[in-house]
Amino acid sequence: MDIPYTVAPRPDTGLYNAKVGIWLFLASEVMLFGALFSSYILLRVGAPEGYWPHGWLNVPVGTANTLVLITSSITTVMAWASCKMNQFGRFKFFHACTILLALTFVCIKSYEYHDKFTHYEIVLKDGRIADGHIVENNPKADHVVIAGHYVTDKKELYDLSGLSAFHKHAELSIPREQIADMERYGPWHNTYLAIYFTLTGLHALHVIGGAIVISFLWFTGRKMWESDPERFTNRVEVSGLFWHFVDLVWIFLFPVLYLI
Amino acid sequence: MHPHEAHHEDAGFWRTYVFSTDHKVIGIQYGMTALCFLLFGFCLMMLMRWQIAHPGEAVPVIGPLLAAIMGPVAAKGIVSPDLYNMFGAMHGTIMVFLAIVPLAFAAFGNYVVPLQIGAPDMAFPRVNMASYQAYVIGGVIMLTSFVLPGGPAQAGWTSYSPLATSIPTDGQTFWIIGMVCLITSSLLGAVNFIATIIQLRAPGMTWMRLPFFVWAQFVTAFLLLLAFPPLEAAAIMQLMDRVAHTSFFLPTGLAVGGNLAHISGGGSPLLWQHLFWFLAHPEVYVLILPAMGIVGEIIANNTRKPLWGYKSLVYSVLTIGFLSFIVWAHHMYLTGMGIRIATFFQTTTIIISIPSVIILTCMFISLWGGSIRFNTPMLFVMAFLPMFGIGGLTGLPLGFGYSDIHLHDTYYVIAHFHYIVAPGTIFALFAGIYYWFPKITGRMMNEFWGRVHFWLSLIFMNFIFQPMFAQGMAGMLRRMADGGANYSQARTPGLTGGLSSTMMGLHTWILWAAICLGIAQIPFIINLFWSIKHGQPAKSDNPWQATTLEWQTPTPPPHGNFAHAPQVHRGPYEYSVPDHDTDFTPQNEPEETAPGKRRPIPEHAPA
Amino acid sequence: MDAVTHPEEFRHHVRRYLFVFYALLFGTLITVGASYIPFGNHEINIAVALFIASGKAFLVAGYFMHLISERKMIYGLLAFTVFFFAGLMALTVYAFGDFPRSTIMH
Repeated sequence: MDIPYTVAPRPDTGLYNAKVGIWLFLASEVMLFGALFSSYILLRVGAPEGYWPHGWLNVPVGTANTLVLITSSITTVMAWASCKMNQFGRFKFFHACTILLALTFVCIKSYEYHDKFTHYEIVLKDGRIADGHIVENNPKADHVVIAGHYVTDKKELYDLSGLSAFHKHAELSIPREQIADMERYGPWHNTYLAIYFTLTGLHALHVIGGAIVISFLWFTGRKMWESDPERFTNRVEVSGLFWHFVDLVWIFLFPVLYLI
Repeated sequence: MHPHEAHHEDAGFWRTYVFSTDHKVIGIQYGMTALCFLLFGFCLMMLMRWQIAHPGEAVPVIGPLLAAIMGPVAAKGIVSPDLYNMFGAMHGTIMVFLAIVPLAFAAFGNYVVPLQIGAPDMAFPRVNMASYQAYVIGGVIMLTSFVLPGGPAQAGWTSYSPLATSIPTDGQTFWIIGMVCLITSSLLGAVNFIATIIQLRAPGMTWMRLPFFVWAQFVTAFLLLLAFPPLEAAAIMQLMDRVAHTSFFLPTGLAVGGNLAHISGGGSPLLWQHLFWFLAHPEVYVLILPAMGIVGEIIANNTRKPLWGYKSLVYSVLTIGFLSFIVWAHHMYLTGMGIRIATFFQTTTIIISIPSVIILTCMFISLWGGSIRFNTPMLFVMAFLPMFGIGGLTGLPLGFGYSDIHLHDTYYVIAHFHYIVAPGTIFALFAGIYYWFPKITGRMMNEFWGRVHFWLSLIFMNFIFQPMFAQGMAGMLRRMADGGANYSQARTPGLTGGLSSTMMGLHTWILWAAICLGIAQIPFIINLFWSIKHGQPAKSDNPWQATTLEWQTPTPPPHGNFAHAPQVHRGPYEYSVPDHDTDFTPQNEPEETAPGKRRPIPEHAPA
Repeated sequence: MDAVTHPEEFRHHVRRYLFVFYALLFGTLITVGASYIPFGNHEINIAVALFIASGKAFLVAGYFMHLISERKMIYGLLAFTVFFFAGLMALTVYAFGDFPRSTIMH
């Protein structure tokens, strides 16, 4: 006896098996990201007044990434619609776009991560703090050069929302012997960055995972399309549902991390 | 799509027994692996009980082996405090996540559920195989942590930060990675179970004709699906704390070993507790619900009458599932909670006891007027009822914040939950093994040794856990490597609230009971393996004369289970129906044409 | 959406998808724009941003994920999920806020 309802929907539920499966899985993903969002709320509410960062992320770049994902969402649904309308060629076109957009998203995200990992906070022995992006950090040299500024109170580093994203900083040369502590803006730097890297990192893993699945369908799809087009269309739909969920998460991530 | 039967003629050893997608093979794989972990977890407990009863003395016989494997922390074969903590953490982790859940949910569920609903397999067979493999990988990671320098995790199965973050060993990190693998396995399994039960019920198998076991597994799957992800998120964050030096759960000003930790701070240890218990409370229902399902099946079968209150059972199990998500902070009454939030959780906690009592009551009433057959499965199941009753009732003082202040983190808690899991769940699982053994192998397990196993296990489990209630009420705390010697009257005579010599003396009693309990499992292990080839052959494909669909197949069921989808005509417990020739009517038996006996139900009634 | 394919019908669906796409683009732009508007109280900015995000989420879930025409069973599953997610968030945040005031703030 073969497993029923793998393609044709079961009459009383109106669903085929994989669709039930993917929605169940997405429900668990809602709980996963939900727990992380809850943690974000708690960490932020628990932070002392004035010590939660604002404006640390590049809004134009984040907006671009949002538009990239939204576009990939429409191409995904169009890919499925093309299958439904029996147009395999258009399916290939739309999902090629989806895959390229996914790669674009990951590239932009990598650029953003790189930006954080080259951003240093240097506490000097005289109590001042130098903060900026690394220009020169030759271990043999006795100076570290960053493009940044000095502040006297760490609190001044937290609210950068007034600053333009394309603001240019002066270059500062700091003698190594004056440095008490030098730390870059990684997840260890404060809880905002910790939750930022964790949320966006987990999301990026989902983007990559979804892109891999869609790529697999794109590269190997013709065989199943020719033997069982309905089953293939269902696979496209199910992977599309996952992709839309990934987009949904970003729709909330973007304002939460970048804007508010 | 080609038929599966032809495909499996030449599958070979590896595809048939190791990399199988057949739910029955996977069920057995889960079962065997889980039983091995159950034994291993038991051995860890024995080592702990030795240390408690004989603090600072070398473990007899295997002391040198312990020292060889575990290194300096087991120097001279003595269970040092650090080693005790390792055993404690791993005993809990292994028993919950590697033994009971895989056995109760994955093993029994995988084997029985598709058969009971009349399906050819699970909805997603390859996902099923993947979930077993993820389980094995998680288990291997957990076991590997024992032989890493520094040993395995030692922060309890609850892995509270900041302790769990401050322990510098790789073993502690491996625990987190192992947990992520196990969570993945459970999530994949949960998706499979729910989709299967929704989509693959045979024609005529409406929701209210499902065996109670299937309902129990259905709700269990939902608990796993929705409750595990927050722990996965928390595990990721704790891993980040350990490896990337973030401060999700580390507060500002944390000092480790007298020195200020070089961290950003700003995190909250309570956040870990909330996320952990959000899973871990539904998890305990995951431990008990499949057992209740098994109990229901075996009671109906061995009383030769329908379960009393089927609808109440179904609604109760759904209610338990729902409520279990909003009671978790009753594990956190002593974290400095305010009155309002504590009241909320006390209220939901007490309310959730109601459906549990309803289920137990329905089971008890089901015995009334029954034509009871006292075979081994039935003995275990009948013992389950009062044992679970004790476990459940002793939970009430823990559910109320006021009394929990005195009992929290004492041996009373240990006694409470072990009563539920040991003479509770594990008894039901033993019953299930004796019960379904003939369907899997075509042979019966030996009845005499089954009874020996039952009586000895019942007696010694009670001997182990009953005294712990007294010890807990006397103030003996959990997780103390010296068994409370530091707080005893013997150490400090006249100490107010000090543990009396009676309370301390119970440790020896418990140790001997544990040894005897271990010995009592030997007949079971021998019986299990010996009966596979030499057990008395089952008289038929349905030796228990049961009504549910898994007994209406050949033995063992072939790949694909049923040649054609069975047509279900009636409910799951049509035993002793008046005016019938036999005292049971299988669910798929064709309807008699006599008027008055026919109650046609449409094929695919709305769910 | 599980119905037999009818290419003509689908063009009607495709138009709907395009409208949703434009709405999402628009929604993104106004989210960013609104974040720069000084409402005085920062909480209002948060509320506006989340409100617009919820609107966009509704469009993606409703139209791209076909939820608007999906079966009751999926709604039911999601309703429970949302309830438990809300419970996790609300109860945890509430628990953090409710503690005996005489103890030291954590």
